[in-house]
Amino acid sequence: MSDLTQLTIAEARDRLRARDISATDLTEACLSAIDGADRLNAFVHKTPEIALERARAADARLGQGDAPALCGVPLGIKDLFCTEGVASQAASRILQGFRPEYESTVTRQLADAGAVMLGKLNMDEFAMGSSNETSTYGNAVNPWKRQDDAADLTPGGSSGGSAAAVAAGLCLGATGTDTGGSIRQPAAFTGIVGMKPTYGRCSRWGIIAFASSLDQAGPMTRTVRDAAIMLQAMAGHDPKDSTSADLAVPDFEAMLTGDIRGKRIGVPREYRMEGMPAEIEALWQQGAAMLRDAGAEIVDISLPHTEYALPAYYVIAPAEASSNLARYDGVRYGHRATLGPGEGITEMYEKTRAEGFGPEVQRRVMIGTYVLSAGFYDAYYNRARKVRTLIKRDFETVFADGVDAILTPTTPSAAFGLGEMAEADPVQMYLNDVFTVTVNLAGLPGISVPAGRDRQGLPLGLQLIGKPWEEGDLLNTACALERAAGFVSRPEKWW
Amino acid sequence: MSTIDTDTARQVASLARIRVAEDDLPALAGELSNILTFMERLNEVDVDDVEPMTSVTPMRLKRRADEVTEGNMQDRILSNAPDAREGFFAVPKVVE
Repeated sequence: MSDLTQLTIAEARDRLRARDISATDLTEACLSAIDGADRLNAFVHKTPEIALERARAADARLGQGDAPALCGVPLGIKDLFCTEGVASQAASRILQGFRPEYESTVTRQLADAGAVMLGKLNMDEFAMGSSNETSTYGNAVNPWKRQDDAADLTPGGSSGGSAAAVAAGLCLGATGTDTGGSIRQPAAFTGIVGMKPTYGRCSRWGIIAFASSLDQAGPMTRTVRDAAIMLQAMAGHDPKDSTSADLAVPDFEAMLTGDIRGKRIGVPREYRMEGMPAEIEALWQQGAAMLRDAGAEIVDISLPHTEYALPAYYVIAPAEASSNLARYDGVRYGHRATLGPGEGITEMYEKTRAEGFGPEVQRRVMIGTYVLSAGFYDAYYNRARKVRTLIKRDFETVFADGVDAILTPTTPSAAFGLGEMAEADPVQMYLNDVFTVTVNLAGLPGISVPAGRDRQGLPLGLQLIGKPWEEGDLLNTACALERAAGFVSRPEKWW
Repeated sequence: MSTIDTDTARQVASLARIRVAEDDLPALAGELSNILTFMERLNEVDVDDVEPMTSVTPMRLKRRADEVTEGNMQDRILSNAPDAREGFFAVPKVVE
């Protein structure tokens, strides 16, 4: 029974349609795997009743034939997505008890396609973090361990619960969101596939906002094909999100031929960072060789403003966050502090936000407040937005020169131990995003593909960056890389 | 090298409406200073004649008719309020 949880989405779809397995059996297998994995702290709000109800509905629909690809497929949903009647609190104390009266567009589309929601997944508070250690629910734990070392590792962040759940076989796929790398970095740390689509491909409506000009939802799955299938159901124009693109969504799965002959793949010299572990460098070269063997042409390229992406991001993202998070004031939803005698509305705001936000969120809201304040707006915020223009121009230049996709490492290291960064400067943690954050600043699609393991046995990922709106072509290149890398390892069950 | 002193940290916390204990202000000031120093690398970039980015995808924002499309759901809007009375959000007295 439990091997049902190891099916890919594509396999499950085919077997569900063939009536070889039922959605109810598949859902029950996942629910039982979830109940046996509390140690990973991935699912933080379980919704078995909803799951079984949707599974039964999916079985009925499958019985009638012509069911969509995701019909009956059990998925996990990041806690950042508002789900009607189900706790949705962005892993923050300030949204304790919040049960939305509405459903996010992405989760609505998944439900309409017949997908089965198993529950809500752990994450960093308001998606601010790279290790899932800022969550009000406590740490999510990576199902992978170093060889001969029992220490718990981070699954990455912010979509740490999603990554842990998919890697551990608790669900067949999960939604993530990515503002600076929050889908791709945890995917790399857990040996799965994670894709951030082009900005505007998936509606942001009903997803709790962090930095609105950077946030994008995307799929986290075990294979590239599954990412294509899931993205298909998540994507599309939504009148409720004015930045969602009114463009047709192609059939992504149909574009997975694996044929990349004649494609030009750029390798950016600026991503060769000082102090980068030799294993990461070696993996990157192997990845380039695999694509070359598959018939692609590898070209050296330059993205000259790369080193300024991280500081620009850490101006723009907190600035937008300080504005977006102003709504958490203890009036309309979530936590409100208890007031002492004589305390008024200002004290209510200040105490509510001090109690409700964790340290990293407070830090970013204050940085954002500072860079937007009178006298500093031009020096920080406007300058960062100008640098962002230059970063986007770097990519436009190489694409105009005929490059089809760009190959980089996803992260500068493998998963690190929970607590290992506790004493580090916050800026050290921010360096996790160094290879992924440029993609958000330029609004491009990016995907992390598991490509190898380090000498301690931990998974490592390679990132492919594509042209705007060409997710199909990018997925096809990722498919070729996945095939050549042949990464099939799964973590050994210890939980 | 940017430095935020304790007074500035107090002022930022107040603007952000986050209560920070007086004893915690020096540590906060130090953290914020480190982050700002990191950001100041942006000063190395020549940004003359560069437009600040307003939209990452070159598309016009859509317009729609200015009309009510949903409404009459007061109970649902108030359902998550920490304190709602007589159809309103309730807050401590603001005006004497």
